[in-house]
Amino acid sequence: MRVFGTVAALVVATAFGGCATTAPASKPAGGDSAKARTLPKGLDSANNGDPFASTYRPLPSRPTALFGATVFTGTGERIDGGTVLIRDGKIEAVGAGLVPPAAYDVVDASSKYITPGLIDAHSHLGVYPSPSVPAHSDGNELTDPNTAGVWAEHSVWPQDPGFNLARAGGVTSIMVLPGSGNLIGGRSVTLRNIPARTVQEMKYPGAPYGLKMACGENPKRVYGGRTRAPSTRMGNVAGYRNAWISAADYGRKWDDYRAKEARGDKADPPKRDLQLETLVGVLKGDILVENHCYRADEMVQMIGIANEFGYKITAFHHASEAYKIADILAQNDICTATWANWWGNKLEAWDGIEANAAMIHAAGGCAIIKSDDPDVIQRLNQEAAAALAAGRAAGLNITEGQAMAWITANPAKALGLKDTGSLTPGKRADVVIWDKNPFSIYARAERVYLDGGIAYDRHDARFQAKSDFEIGQGANR
Amino acid sequence: MSKLALHLSISLAALAAAIATPVLAETVAITNARILTAGPAGEIVQGTIVLRDGKITSVGPGVSAPAGARIIDAMGATVTPGFVAANTLLGAVEVRSLGDDLTVNNPDIGAAFDVQYGLDPQSTLIPVARLGGITRAIVMPLSAGGGGTDFHADDGEELYTAGGGGGSKSTALFAGQAAVIHLGEGADILVKPKVGMVVPFGDGGANVAGGARGAEIVALKAAFRDVRDYMRNKAAYDRAGVRDMGLSKADLEALIPVVEGRMPIIASVHKASDIRSVLQFAREERVKVILNGAEEGWMTAGEIAAAGVPVIINPLSDRPESFQVLGATMENAARLQAAGVTLAIEGQGGAHRVRELRYNAGNAVANGMPYQAALAAVTINPARIFGVADKVGSLEPGKDADLVIWTGDPFEPLSQPTAVFIRGESQPMTSRQLELRDRYKTLGAGYPAAYSR
Repeated sequence: MRVFGTVAALVVATAFGGCATTAPASKPAGGDSAKARTLPKGLDSANNGDPFASTYRPLPSRPTALFGATVFTGTGERIDGGTVLIRDGKIEAVGAGLVPPAAYDVVDASSKYITPGLIDAHSHLGVYPSPSVPAHSDGNELTDPNTAGVWAEHSVWPQDPGFNLARAGGVTSIMVLPGSGNLIGGRSVTLRNIPARTVQEMKYPGAPYGLKMACGENPKRVYGGRTRAPSTRMGNVAGYRNAWISAADYGRKWDDYRAKEARGDKADPPKRDLQLETLVGVLKGDILVENHCYRADEMVQMIGIANEFGYKITAFHHASEAYKIADILAQNDICTATWANWWGNKLEAWDGIEANAAMIHAAGGCAIIKSDDPDVIQRLNQEAAAALAAGRAAGLNITEGQAMAWITANPAKALGLKDTGSLTPGKRADVVIWDKNPFSIYARAERVYLDGGIAYDRHDARFQAKSDFEIGQGANR
Repeated sequence: MSKLALHLSISLAALAAAIATPVLAETVAITNARILTAGPAGEIVQGTIVLRDGKITSVGPGVSAPAGARIIDAMGATVTPGFVAANTLLGAVEVRSLGDDLTVNNPDIGAAFDVQYGLDPQSTLIPVARLGGITRAIVMPLSAGGGGTDFHADDGEELYTAGGGGGSKSTALFAGQAAVIHLGEGADILVKPKVGMVVPFGDGGANVAGGARGAEIVALKAAFRDVRDYMRNKAAYDRAGVRDMGLSKADLEALIPVVEGRMPIIASVHKASDIRSVLQFAREERVKVILNGAEEGWMTAGEIAAAGVPVIINPLSDRPESFQVLGATMENAARLQAAGVTLAIEGQGGAHRVRELRYNAGNAVANGMPYQAALAAVTINPARIFGVADKVGSLEPGKDADLVIWTGDPFEPLSQPTAVFIRGESQPMTSRQLELRDRYKTLGAGYPAAYSR
């Protein structure tokens, strides 16, 4: 018997205790005198709480045993005749031949396949929802090349029917990003893919924020078209660097203020600036950089900027030319979130190839297949299959188990999620049962669990959520 | 005709024939193959297919290879007809954001626009599509608010360029005439021009008619009345002896085959009520029609089937992306097929991602369409719909030798093509993308990648 673990509740929501902007900074020293200097509400991010805190509540779950399936763990392994035990919303154990304990709900998954819930590292669901009409276009604040102060969650429409369709495709966690029209587009938000009334109910508890940055054609086209900077790639780079200079300066002013305050010295607080506050979050390592960038040469420029200002790029997104610098990306521990099939829609995507992800993987890098699309998100497994096939056609020896990490464990890493992305004991029980091998075009998610609760069931209408938008109009699709 | 002129025209015809006909292809026998014929023979579990002079000469389980033929032992691999991709931009686009050759904004050239004159056989998209098993394609003008594009709206700006997002900027009532091409190597990829007249309906039709759906039908009827008047009295038209007409002479001429029922309208239409309106229009005007899009087709499947109207769909369309497609569902293909509608399945976007045609067919199967019906929807059905079924679309003796050998089920992403034949000619199994891949396979050693070929 192969057992990957036993009952464990290792990972709890506090796994992200160090989370960015919500974590209180060092408390002012002294009692009354410090209190007297407390800034008015809203003027000090460190003493401001989290005004948009997650109110996510897991679906009700029961102890469940899924047995007899071919299991892809997300960490590279494949277990034949595997059983997955779920308890208290967590993965309890995974292995071949595990006996379902008494009083567990038992699901016969023999002849079926089980994977972790899929994670989309790049989506605009909610910010560019369906129907895609101007009234819904909330993904790009195209009023300034640096809008680091905007947060995608303030645009997310939870009633986007796309969330339900993505869930039917096995997607349980999603990073929603602002668009790429700006050099610095704003904060991303990571969501649990659960039907909800508010974005707060979807927000992934404790997940770090991401910062959307964008290279290349989009920002220079948007602003060059208005005869303002940036209108060239060199203008782009000057724009990023100026932003980081301002951020570093702003961070220093707050640090000085807090140091003085801690000593009990008289100090004038800097005026809070949402844009710079987010950038400082990156410089302090609390906010992850998610960088839209197609061309190899531009990605390396961005690495140079990150080195200049002392921050880390977590992932390049789209990254059509990542295969040209797979070695550099692996050395710098930067993930590549890309597609198999997209290319040629614009010149910077002209050299995109199907084997991109596989070549990143083969170079020892972190390969991710993501959607950036409300249709592809429904079939991330098929996009991964196409990427895998292209890798094999290139002579690379890659297993299905390894390729499964491209849509599970690796995006979890790029999103800073430590408690999902693999079927490891103690992690959230985000699980998909597929009727066939998920690398087959004919496979469909039969059942999707989020935190051990049934979030979708293809054969049971009680577990097929519809958004308000879909009620009472159109035909019953 | 003078003797010289006659001689010249014969020479030109011979020259044209020489260009159009491929160099005599070798004789090839593919043995030990699982053959999906998409024809009356259905699936041949183990058989041989013989290609000679660019044609299929025999297919079957008991066929033996002729003497002198190059033998390809398929070793159980699957052979299919080359796929026929409807609704593409192939040969008329390179980099999507840099424009295309399928959109016209010229008040005198609408219906008269003919894609056949602007095709680029050197397009790098063609080998990529070919590696997706596609050997023929229908190149269609882009209509207002139409699909047929995979422009990726990653900065949101395209949302405002046209209805439906990322569509064409055409403002014409008639977007122009489609053509069938082949995807083989060579200077001339045109197979058959003038196979259909693209007309936008629904939101797109409303836009080109001044804002409302009702205006479009009236405008179309008026245009057809003009065409009929013009046909009856061309001489008077040339003397300026007739009333003013809304269309240019070139457009009036181009529409004659349409009003005569010889050239179908390719109606870009999505919403059930708009589909009904197209069917009624076609009935009243006695014109042939092909529905393109038809996301809500399943809601009118019986009426479409009764009218004998074929449909081109993307079976992946399942989002209420606009108020025209609130009923979009992945089961559209299966439901239309079950109602008896002749279906063609299109690729993803028709250009850079058209190679996903085979995945789209597989997804239709995953959502209830019988396998053989899905195969027909990417082979013989589009060939029939666009009038080239006598030459392509199935593996039958006498047809052009367009076929693909696959490592497995062609709809599976994990299957790969190992050989592609078009008109009997073996096609190179490479593309600019694969060349890029190979030059960066080994990084950091020796000379820069730029020195590799």
